[in-house]
Amino acid sequence: MSALTRGKALLTGKYRGYVVFVSVALLLLAVAPAALDPFRLSLLAKYLCLAIAALGIGLAWGQGGMMTLGQGVFFGLGGYAMGMHLKLTEAGDNGLPDFMTWSGVEELPAIWEPFRNPVFALAMVVVLPVVVATALGVLVFRQRVRGAYFAILSQALAAAFVIWLVGNQGLTGGTNGLTNFYDIFGMYPEEDSTKTTFYFIVVIAVGVLYLVARHIVRSRFGRLLVAIRDGEDRVRFLGYNPATVKTIVFATSAAMAGIAGALYVPVVGIISPALLGVVPSIELLVAVAIGGRFSLAGALLGGVLMNWARTTFSESMPDGWIYIQGGLFILVILVAPKGIAGLAGQIGDLVARRRALRTAPAPAPEPGVKEEVPV
Amino acid sequence: MRITPLRKMAVLMAASALALTACGGTEEESGSSANANEIKVGILHSLSGTMAISEVTVHNSELMAIEEINAKGGVLGKKIVPVIEDGASDWPTFAEKARKLIRSDKVATVFGGWTSASRKAMLPVFEQEKGLLWYPVQYEGLESSPNIFYTGATTNQQIIPGLDYLKSEGKKKIFLVGSDYVFPRTANKIIKAYAEANGLEVLGEEYTPLGHTEYGTLVSKVMAAKPDAVFNTLNGDSNVAFFKQFKAAGGSAKTLPVLSVSIAEEEVGGIGVDNIVGQPVAWNYYQTTEGDVNTKFVEAFKAKYGADKVTSDPMEAGYNAVYLWAAAVEKAGSTDVEAVKKAADGIALDLPEGKVTIDGATQHVYKTARIGVIQPDGLIKEVWNSGEPIKPDPYLKDYPWAAGLS
Repeated sequence: MSALTRGKALLTGKYRGYVVFVSVALLLLAVAPAALDPFRLSLLAKYLCLAIAALGIGLAWGQGGMMTLGQGVFFGLGGYAMGMHLKLTEAGDNGLPDFMTWSGVEELPAIWEPFRNPVFALAMVVVLPVVVATALGVLVFRQRVRGAYFAILSQALAAAFVIWLVGNQGLTGGTNGLTNFYDIFGMYPEEDSTKTTFYFIVVIAVGVLYLVARHIVRSRFGRLLVAIRDGEDRVRFLGYNPATVKTIVFATSAAMAGIAGALYVPVVGIISPALLGVVPSIELLVAVAIGGRFSLAGALLGGVLMNWARTTFSESMPDGWIYIQGGLFILVILVAPKGIAGLAGQIGDLVARRRALRTAPAPAPEPGVKEEVPV
Repeated sequence: MRITPLRKMAVLMAASALALTACGGTEEESGSSANANEIKVGILHSLSGTMAISEVTVHNSELMAIEEINAKGGVLGKKIVPVIEDGASDWPTFAEKARKLIRSDKVATVFGGWTSASRKAMLPVFEQEKGLLWYPVQYEGLESSPNIFYTGATTNQQIIPGLDYLKSEGKKKIFLVGSDYVFPRTANKIIKAYAEANGLEVLGEEYTPLGHTEYGTLVSKVMAAKPDAVFNTLNGDSNVAFFKQFKAAGGSAKTLPVLSVSIAEEEVGGIGVDNIVGQPVAWNYYQTTEGDVNTKFVEAFKAKYGADKVTSDPMEAGYNAVYLWAAAVEKAGSTDVEAVKKAADGIALDLPEGKVTIDGATQHVYKTARIGVIQPDGLIKEVWNSGEPIKPDPYLKDYPWAAGLS
């Protein structure tokens, strides 16, 4: 076997996944930190945080068919758990977080007290989203609520969560959210080293969570999940309980959103209801659709790409960027209904079809190629 | 030629790739155009999203001020070049764009923000990056960042004069209505302390979410309480719904005055003059404020943006910010943030609202408080003013009744 064919085997064969994973890891761990200044690097870290939330949606929606429009809630729970801890460390033993002072709160609310403990706060980043998602899952999936009804329900949850956060300013910081962190686990946000450190933490989190999600998808459990997506009743008749499977996956995707939110706080320096409501939750879903919902890598790619596009377009065209971004979304969905990750397969199909057309002389029109009409 | 899906897809992809690279290209250019004869400043307001309708007006008046200063030779003999960014009505975006302006564009200063939430989100960025922000909107006070200049009113220049006015009009019982966010909540905290010290009675305090439009219940609650006046801190669209339903319920300026602190000339048109005519508002500037500087300002604004445009307090404060910064830079002989801050103390300019002086200790400005009444033509006529510019007191240190607030 020549070196060329061996190389080709690496790119097309069963090792392709590893090659791509390692190259992306190298790109993120070695190339990006060297090529980007700390500000751009921390922007990339922000995109990657949102990509983690998108990965969770890829798992729940792409694999499990649960179209969740309320992922902002879990992102928020993780983010606020982290934010509350940071605010308390800064306030000191007897002090109050800054926003409580100007909201007229005189005593630290009891619910804040345990978040002083870093272990408790970090545990809550995962526990809170999982508990809420499990409770919702048990209630909803047992009742066989699915499809659009589940989507609307999850969206309502996001809307309610935001209204609650805004309405309890003394407890949550209201519309302002939690911001102005100047001591992040002993590191100072103004220093570039802090930005780089959190960038690496985020990259590692992306890698680990991607592998976890991939493991779930490739396991027997993952096949069961896809089977439920494609025919829930059939799976039920086979003796499985789809509600349990869906609840576990929904809770996993919620945990990912929680971790994403918690990482977002030190990277961006703010957590506020503006990040958690209906619109940002839908934006996450759009990112997954753009990247390709049937592929975990596609979901990650969508998360990064969409937020990168947002920054880039708005910097170069502050007046009209939103139209360009919207136009490109429509374009991608029109051209590639399965997202960017689905493009490779789509192109492959088309090439194969053309080749078949060319090799077969004057073929009788097949029913399958009818859609190829001149435009 | 038949266009097959494959070919079509290739064309579309090429087009989108082109669009992507085109956008990337301009970004590079803006980062590298550091010119010795130019001073870059950032303009950061929401050009999209719910706040755009208000913030674009301030964005416009700031650009006009820059244009005027450039026409007169710029600052330190250099041209001011605005770098425009969109905060997109999203607080984390404000933080991101602020950092981008300081880090990538290396702007000398930034003019921007409207909502308190956007200011709170930008504050740590300006403090960490040692930048300088000029914030142009009246706000809830209790803040004095070393890296922010506040050219809008703080509470003792707008809310307290508003209360003094109601008291002088013999109003004893007031009802508080506000949107649910930091400005109304903090404002109402101050109002309640004032009421207690001045023998006023607060009959009720109601909040609705931003963007709320169903005021039937709230209006009947207000009416049932029979207050002498309403103190209104609603923001944005909610005012439209509130005043329509207030009128429908038989309310008018004669039967029940509603003093608003977030309704300026710009908003009156949206609410409908019929619904709000005769109601009092509290600000520091109106389009009708007398003086040559204001006449010129209004004329220039109408000439540039259209004869049907009105000028309002936040727009004027944004316009002032640019002039005050330019004066401080001239005095300091440099755009260095620390030098400009030092030079800013005591700078006094004749601006559309009258004489404006920077108070170096708080980095706020002295402003004349003005109470106005909305006229049938949609403009606001001043009925009372504080006589002289009021010293800014963001923490209300000079008001004994406010001791427990901060």
